[in-house]
Amino acid sequence: MHGRPRKAPTQEEQEASSLKAVKLRELQSQLLNFHRNKIYTKEAVDISTKLLESNPEHYTGWNYRKLSVQNLLESALDSDSVQSILDEELRLVENALKQNFKSYGAWHHRKWILSKGHSSTDKELRLLGKFQKLDARNFHAWNYRRFITALKEIPDEKELQYTTDMIYDNFSNYSAWHNRSVLLSHLMEAREGHSGKENVLGEEFEFVRSALFTDPDDQSGWFYHLWLLYQTLKREPLLITSWPSTGSNIQLSVNGYLDGQSLLPVLHFQSKARKYPIILCFNEAVEGVCSSTVTVECEYHAGDDLIWTPLSANKLDFAQAWLTYLNFPDEVNSLKPYSVKITVAHVPGITSLSGAPCSTTHTSFTVCVPLHDLKHAELQTMERISWKEEKFRACATQPQDANLLHSLGNFKITMENKPSASDWSMETIFTEIAHCRELLSATDCKIGKLTLARLLMAHNTLISYSRPNDGAEIHYDEILALYRDLMKMDPKHLCYYEDEYSLALLKQLTSNTESLLKYSYEYQESTSPSMKSSLCLRLNGLSLSRLGSMECLLWVQMLDLSHNKLRSVEGLEALQLLSYLNLSNNKICSFTALEPIRMLKALQVLDVSYNEIGAHSVDSSRYLCSSPMNHAVGNDWNFEEFANGGIKLNDHWDAFLVFKDLNLIQLEIMGNPVVNDQLKAFLFKIMPELKWLDGEKCN
Amino acid sequence: MDETASYPPIEPSNFDLIVIGTGLPESILASAASATGKTVLHLDPNPFYGTLYSSLPLNELTSFLRSQSQPLTPENDESTQLLTLPLYSSIEINSLSSEPIENSRKFNLDLSGPRVLLCSDSMIDLILKTGINQYMEFKSVDASFVGDAEGNLGSVPDSRSAIFKDRSLSLTEKNQLMKLFKLVQGHIGKESGEDDLISEEDLESPFVEFLNKFGLSQKLKSIILYAIVLADHDQDNLENCKDVINTKSGIDHLALYHSSIGRFPNANGPMIYPIYGQGELPQAFCRRAAVKGCIYVLRMPVAALLMDKDGLTYKGVKLVSGQELFSNQLILAPCFMIPSRLTPAAQVANSYDVGRRDAKEKVARGICIAKSSVEPEAANCLVFFPPKSLYPEQKTTVRVLQLSGNVAAGPSGMFVTYLSAMCDNAVEGKKLLDAAISALFSLPICGNSENNGIEKLSENTDSKPILLWSALYIQELTMFQDSFNSISFTPLPDEHLHYNNLLDATEKLYQKIYPNEEFLTQTNLPEEPVDDDSSELD
Repeated sequence: MHGRPRKAPTQEEQEASSLKAVKLRELQSQLLNFHRNKIYTKEAVDISTKLLESNPEHYTGWNYRKLSVQNLLESALDSDSVQSILDEELRLVENALKQNFKSYGAWHHRKWILSKGHSSTDKELRLLGKFQKLDARNFHAWNYRRFITALKEIPDEKELQYTTDMIYDNFSNYSAWHNRSVLLSHLMEAREGHSGKENVLGEEFEFVRSALFTDPDDQSGWFYHLWLLYQTLKREPLLITSWPSTGSNIQLSVNGYLDGQSLLPVLHFQSKARKYPIILCFNEAVEGVCSSTVTVECEYHAGDDLIWTPLSANKLDFAQAWLTYLNFPDEVNSLKPYSVKITVAHVPGITSLSGAPCSTTHTSFTVCVPLHDLKHAELQTMERISWKEEKFRACATQPQDANLLHSLGNFKITMENKPSASDWSMETIFTEIAHCRELLSATDCKIGKLTLARLLMAHNTLISYSRPNDGAEIHYDEILALYRDLMKMDPKHLCYYEDEYSLALLKQLTSNTESLLKYSYEYQESTSPSMKSSLCLRLNGLSLSRLGSMECLLWVQMLDLSHNKLRSVEGLEALQLLSYLNLSNNKICSFTALEPIRMLKALQVLDVSYNEIGAHSVDSSRYLCSSPMNHAVGNDWNFEEFANGGIKLNDHWDAFLVFKDLNLIQLEIMGNPVVNDQLKAFLFKIMPELKWLDGEKCN
Repeated sequence: MDETASYPPIEPSNFDLIVIGTGLPESILASAASATGKTVLHLDPNPFYGTLYSSLPLNELTSFLRSQSQPLTPENDESTQLLTLPLYSSIEINSLSSEPIENSRKFNLDLSGPRVLLCSDSMIDLILKTGINQYMEFKSVDASFVGDAEGNLGSVPDSRSAIFKDRSLSLTEKNQLMKLFKLVQGHIGKESGEDDLISEEDLESPFVEFLNKFGLSQKLKSIILYAIVLADHDQDNLENCKDVINTKSGIDHLALYHSSIGRFPNANGPMIYPIYGQGELPQAFCRRAAVKGCIYVLRMPVAALLMDKDGLTYKGVKLVSGQELFSNQLILAPCFMIPSRLTPAAQVANSYDVGRRDAKEKVARGICIAKSSVEPEAANCLVFFPPKSLYPEQKTTVRVLQLSGNVAAGPSGMFVTYLSAMCDNAVEGKKLLDAAISALFSLPICGNSENNGIEKLSENTDSKPILLWSALYIQELTMFQDSFNSISFTPLPDEHLHYNNLLDATEKLYQKIYPNEEFLTQTNLPEEPVDDDSSELD
């Protein structure tokens, strides 16, 4: 059934098929006519039989058929005639399936008949047995099997044995493995308690291991292994980091930069309204973060009117990071630290995509709010940021920088009754890592390497749950080496490996303060003493193709990501303090790929020069994002205001979408094919605060 | 004198070929010759088909064995009498229960067991080609095992799914074994011109060295060498090994084995066995020969050869009935012997046996009957006892084939077990078979229960089947007579588990007799397309 080469039809076959088409067209038009006029005579029904038996793909035919059955059933006098009507339908479906055993319409029709409850399910199981022999991986048949077993109330244990038999017969049967995972999910849910799940998963790991060792090149077992791995790692969602971080003492200022001298992290937020952000980062996307599920206790502020916004580029209600703003009214201004305590999920309501409830966590910090020195803020004149190499000074040698970073990097949440990774999952991952290494020592296999890399990452994640901040840089070098190997071995999936490599590398870099310090620089544009230096995280030239571990970088205000291979900046939306961003010399190929930046309200300086925006004439991702075409951009779509002066919506809606809400002062965009004078003029227009565009000063 | 005299005379009396004996090679030759239009007369002194390859009721088997073991009667100088060669020796019948004998006629016991067909071997090809599968039905051999002296049976992981299922293999072993299987498949499947997966040098070296290079464990090596590649002699002891299997033939056999799995959808494993026994095969070829015009006369002993005036040139045969029949060629089953006076160089080993390094070699065969299976989960199965597995001095593999009532080997509820092993002499042969039998069976507790040995045996072997009846005999493998002018001898049943070598020898013999004729070409039976042959399998 699988992997058969397609043969070109012979002359005769072509003739036969065109003859058949003529016949089918005739039948089709007759059927449509009956359908329109609601004719369900025997003659009419016979026509539909003929049509569906030779072309089971005719959906209207099946619908007509259902209507006619209903019609017949209404006038059926006794159970015998009901039976014969339904039997006739089953016979028709059987013939249709002989024609094409993967016909959706036919299988659906059969389900519809069976759900009437008058037909023998035993007969269906026998039929399925035949289909299984014909093609053990026919997912229609497997779907139908699940339907019948539910109807017949066959216990999951019995079906599980069936999948075991099928897998014993041939363990390349993806469908059987898949059905096994479905059944086990039910069984694990039904069996309360952890030990049940642990036993089941332990046995399954052993079962699939035999398949992996026997034929490491066969992917079906590996897919199942991946599912088992997910089940092992699966846990309730929880808060992992926040800004301000737990236990930190934050001094707020309005003047611009992190204050390197104060030894305290000083949050700048340019809002004149004295609004300061709070960000909560979870280990996975959650929904339901709101003032009732998150309590913010503050001396002057009850916090129940706070509005939490999901930080997610794709506008769903799920996000890993959530944002709210604390308002400090004018009367609150002293150097006395206010303490703020946040309790997450003390009442149910925050759930992950899979519906698991979030566990309760606390975070607290203190805030100092200075006098509202508006004048000072106004005085601050900005110079153009050149990102020149000589303006950077490594922090690694500066003890005060290390201290600062340490307090910034002390971001991990300490939780009450912290749900540490269970010994069982840790042990399981250890065992799987050992087996994977054993296999790789005997066989050089791509998917084995990938699995080992995944297992090592999982291991590190588990460790980070149970022992945060202990600086364990375990396995990262090995993971990176595995992905480098995979890029060479399997260039077809290069992009995937690059992404995974990037995630692992970022995880390594952010795993502890010492390593972060290596990438931290002080940046000073001019030597004038009036200019304070800024702390810049430089992740440039690391071959990153994707961003991750952003939950560890919530404090970053200046970020250099230049000279990477970034195709997307998804994840950046969590960095709400980010003011300066360098994305030059990457592989961003459309404005829509910058969409996460829209949410960075603090962003003032952006460098996207020397990317590939506009280089690809067909950019399919352009239509996957928010656009005026899919009505996802909201009511504030006021493009028309700017649409004069020869700017066309078709050309620049995506630039408009990304930039209109940003308060950029400086933008670098040169070196992208899309750039022309018209675009530049347009950008000036939609960003009135823009002072520099590609180094040109605006009047 | 007897009923043979009452036979009507055979018409005509001149043939292209007369064949005496209806063993498998003789039947194939008769079938091949008659297919090309030769006139063939096929005679057998016995009342049954198959001669040395027949399947017989229990009593008839015993008497046939005995009849073929009589020492030669001193010959009369003048005589051209056809004699019977004593092929079997040291016959030992052990009847521990009367039940098998009482059901004697319900047994179909193979004279030259154990023997099975591999689904992709040349014999199956010939069966399909000639269409004789319409006369036969097959059942699959359910499983293979490797045994030890205690009678523990380990499965033979011979396929991908068997490796996956096997619980006795370590993960590394699973990996290595499958890797080897894949390499073999790749090697066999490669197009000419592609890079060799296995070097020429490796192909010529002993297979055991190749397996060592692959890093296989002793257990896996033993499974591959003795249960899949079917080696007879101890391959680990290369210096003293009488038949070292080289990598090329090892791999060819592995490939044959694998291509046999799944050839017929209803055969579970690589091997099948004919219902009613091996004797069905020669009979089926005879039926095909008869369809092509070959004349069959059973129960017709040949009294003497008719020679030309010079006394050295063959002319024809004289039947016991007194009739004289003439032919250009005569083919004799190997159990016949012609007076040495007639042979130009007596005591020359037959040409098929020339390849045999050691003319002393014999095969010890055994038949056991019990009422339960040696392995509860398999009715029809093979057991291999590799060299040194039964006792340290064991030099050759003991092969065991157990068959149940579902292939009509015996009455339902009884299991027939065939054993064979190569040996240099009867003492060694008996020792080999006895060791295997005591590993697999327990002896019934007889009257002399004082005997500690038996008591001990029955204690340890509660679950083992109780032996009801057994027959052990030694069969010669080398014939000291060769074809000369118009008289040819067919090969003896060999020591192998399959028919491949026999078939090769038979084809060679045919080409020697009829150098310009084709050997059994494809028959097209429109009502019985070859594709459907699998339907004949259970």
